[in-house]
Amino acid sequence: MDWSSSLQGLAGGVLIGLSATWLMATLGRIAGISGIIGNLITARPKGDSAWRLTFLLGLISSPLVVMLLGGGLGNVAGGAVDATGRVIGEPAGGVALMLVAGLLVGLGTGLGSGCTSGHGVCGLSRLSVRSMVATVTFLVMAIITVFVVRHVIGGGA
Amino acid sequence: MKTLMGYIAGLIFGLGLAVSGMTDPARVLGFLDLAGAWDPTLMFVLGGAVVTNFIGYRLVFKRTAPIYGEAFQLPTRQDLDARLIGGSALFGIGWGLSGYCPGPAIASIAGPTMPLVAMLVAMVAGWFLARAIPARS
Repeated sequence: MDWSSSLQGLAGGVLIGLSATWLMATLGRIAGISGIIGNLITARPKGDSAWRLTFLLGLISSPLVVMLLGGGLGNVAGGAVDATGRVIGEPAGGVALMLVAGLLVGLGTGLGSGCTSGHGVCGLSRLSVRSMVATVTFLVMAIITVFVVRHVIGGGA
Repeated sequence: MKTLMGYIAGLIFGLGLAVSGMTDPARVLGFLDLAGAWDPTLMFVLGGAVVTNFIGYRLVFKRTAPIYGEAFQLPTRQDLDARLIGGSALFGIGWGLSGYCPGPAIASIAGPTMPLVAMLVAMVAGWFLARAIPARS
């Protein structure tokens, strides 16, 4: 087992949890990415959009901050930052696959009122039954999808 | 002040994604691939986030209102409906195909590639589509 990536995962998870707590403590909002940004783009709610936009800017600028800190944070983040200081991985497929996947992710999180952050991180922390059901559902479907793609269609890798 | 609080939340969230390696779809797909060389990292990310936030929420909810808002805005619904379960199932398929859930996909804009841009455009289209599908009461 790769303990360094597990520890990085734990450290990153704690940061994500702190972000969710921070957003609730300061603005009283659930830190759900699909909710915050989906509503910003599709509804642009009056008087309720500015913090969504700055949240989006924070989210986008964070990998840049990691890259800028490159060397220093490299010690902390270890393998998450590769030799070139890159923290963003390559997409898993081409444009056609990503169009299908993106549509499913957008439609699914829109209909299901949340994603890994809203249902997974925040909902589970609130012991919400709806979020538990949603989280189990998308985890199971994602595991089945990967199994089919890699081991049924792909013939095992 | 609200906008600054929002920026800090987004920044810390994105740092968490980057530090934990969740902006690398290979890592996420490695977790979802139980039959392959299983990568447990995502379990630690979700576990660390939920435990931290569980404790954090308990402390925060001792207050009657957020620091810069009138009230805590929490979902109140308790029912399980087809929209929730069907939507989550569709999301799971898309997540399994791409290794991207919305947070990591958006946080990866700093390293744009054509497939990522396609993913984001389609995701936004999906959000509009979801709004266009009326909720049955």
